[in-house]
Amino acid sequence: MLAELIVAAEETPNPLLPAWYDIVYSLIPFILVLLLFWRVVLPRMQKTLDERAALIEGGIAKAESAQAEAQAALEQYNALLAEGRAEAAKIREQARAEGAAILAELKESAQAEAARITANAQLQIEAERQAALVSLRAEVGSLALDLASGVIGESLADDKRASALVDRFLAELESDAGSAKAAK
Amino acid sequence: MLETPLSAAALIPVLALATAPATEAPEFKGPSILDFFPPAILFEGTPFELNRIMLLRLVIVALIFILFWLGTRKMQLVPGRFQGTIEMGLEFVRKGIVEDLLGQKDGKRFLPLITTIFFLVLFMNLTGVVPGINISANSVIGMPLVLAIAAYIAFIWAGLRKHPWTFIRNALFPPGVPPFLYIIVTPIEFVSMFVLRPVTLTLRLLMNMIVGHLLLVLFFSATAFFMVELGGWWIAASAVTLAFGTAFTFFEILVSVLQAYVFALLTTVYIQLALADEH
Repeated sequence: MLAELIVAAEETPNPLLPAWYDIVYSLIPFILVLLLFWRVVLPRMQKTLDERAALIEGGIAKAESAQAEAQAALEQYNALLAEGRAEAAKIREQARAEGAAILAELKESAQAEAARITANAQLQIEAERQAALVSLRAEVGSLALDLASGVIGESLADDKRASALVDRFLAELESDAGSAKAAK
Repeated sequence: MLETPLSAAALIPVLALATAPATEAPEFKGPSILDFFPPAILFEGTPFELNRIMLLRLVIVALIFILFWLGTRKMQLVPGRFQGTIEMGLEFVRKGIVEDLLGQKDGKRFLPLITTIFFLVLFMNLTGVVPGINISANSVIGMPLVLAIAAYIAFIWAGLRKHPWTFIRNALFPPGVPPFLYIIVTPIEFVSMFVLRPVTLTLRLLMNMIVGHLLLVLFFSATAFFMVELGGWWIAASAVTLAFGTAFTFFEILVSVLQAYVFALLTTVYIQLALADEH
C-alpha cells in the first residue's frame, strides 16, 4: 500500500532514507532536550523529592520528640503528685504527733494544778483545824471550870490549883488524842 | 506494531471508496508521501535546510523547554497544579518505567536518556492531532532514527561497561543452548540484537506516525471532497468519513502516548537485558 503511494507520486523521496537536514534537525532537539532533563529538570526534581522526604522525616522526628516531651512531663507531674502526697501524709502525721504531745502536756499540767489545789486545800484545812484546836483548848478549860464550879457550888475560878488541874487534864487529853492518832 | 495492520485494514475500503469517484470529473486528491517533504523555508540545499516539519521540531523543543523549565523553576514542597502535572509526568517515567525495570542505582544513570526519549516522542507524536499542524514531527525518519541510535548506543555501552564478556556471551551465545546450535543461534541473536532492535524501534514509531497521518488526511480530505466537490447524496458518505476521522483522531492520541511509552519501555528493557548477569 505504501509502495503504491510511492509509485503514484513519481518523484517522491524514499521516506526510509533520511536527508541530512532531517538528521541535523533530529540531533539538535535530542541533544537540547537531553541536556535540559539531564542538567536542569531531573536534578531540580531530585532536590525537591529529597527536600520533601527530609521534611516528612523531620515531621516524624518532631512528633516523636513532642511525644517524648509529653511523656517526660507526665512522669514529672506524677512524681510531683507522689511527692505532694507523701508531704501531706508526713504533715498529717506530724500534726497528729504534735496534737498528742499537746494533749499529754495539758493533761499533765491539769493534774499538777489539781494536785496543787488539793495540797492547798489540805494545808488550809490543817490550819483551820489548828486554829479550831487552839480556840477549843481555851474555851474547853473555862467551860470545864464553869461546869465544875457549878457542880461543887463554889468558884474555883481564881484558884491556882484548879487552873493547874485543868492544864494537866488537857495535856493528858492531848497526849491521849496524839496516841490515838498515832495508833490510827 | 499492533496499530499498523489495524490501520491498514481500515484503509482499504476507504481507498476503494475514494478511488471510485476519482474517475469522474472532479478529481480527488488524497494524502501523499510528499506531505512529509514539504518545501524548504530557509537554507535550501544545505544540511540546515528548514522546512515546516523541521521548524515544528524546533518549536516542540522550545515548548518542552518552556514547560519543564517553568514547571521546575521554583519548586514548592507542596506542589500546585502545574508543578504537580509536571512532577506526575516525570515520576511516571522514573517510577513506572525506569526504576521498575532497572532499580534505583542503575535507573539513576539512565533516567535522563529515558525521560528525554519519552517526552520527545510524546510531544512530537501529539502534533499529528493538533489542528493546524496535523503532522507528527516523528513522521520523518530522522527523529525516530536518532532516538533509536541513542537507545542502541545506550544499551551496548551499558553492557560493555558493566561486563564486556558476559554481555557478549549473553548476547551471542545464550547459556542453556547446546553448543552445536550456536551455528544457528549466534547469527540469529546477532541480527536480532544489533540490527533488528534499532530498526524495529525506528520503523515502529515512524510507520505508526506516517500511517496515522495518511489515515487522518484521507478521512478528512474525503469528507471535504464528498461534501464540497460532489455534494448531493454524497454528503451522507461525508458524514461517515467525518465520523471515522474523528474516531481515528482520538485513536491517534492513544497511539501517540502508547508509542512514546513503548519506545521508552523498550529502550529500558534493552538496557536491563544488557545489564543482566544471566538470561
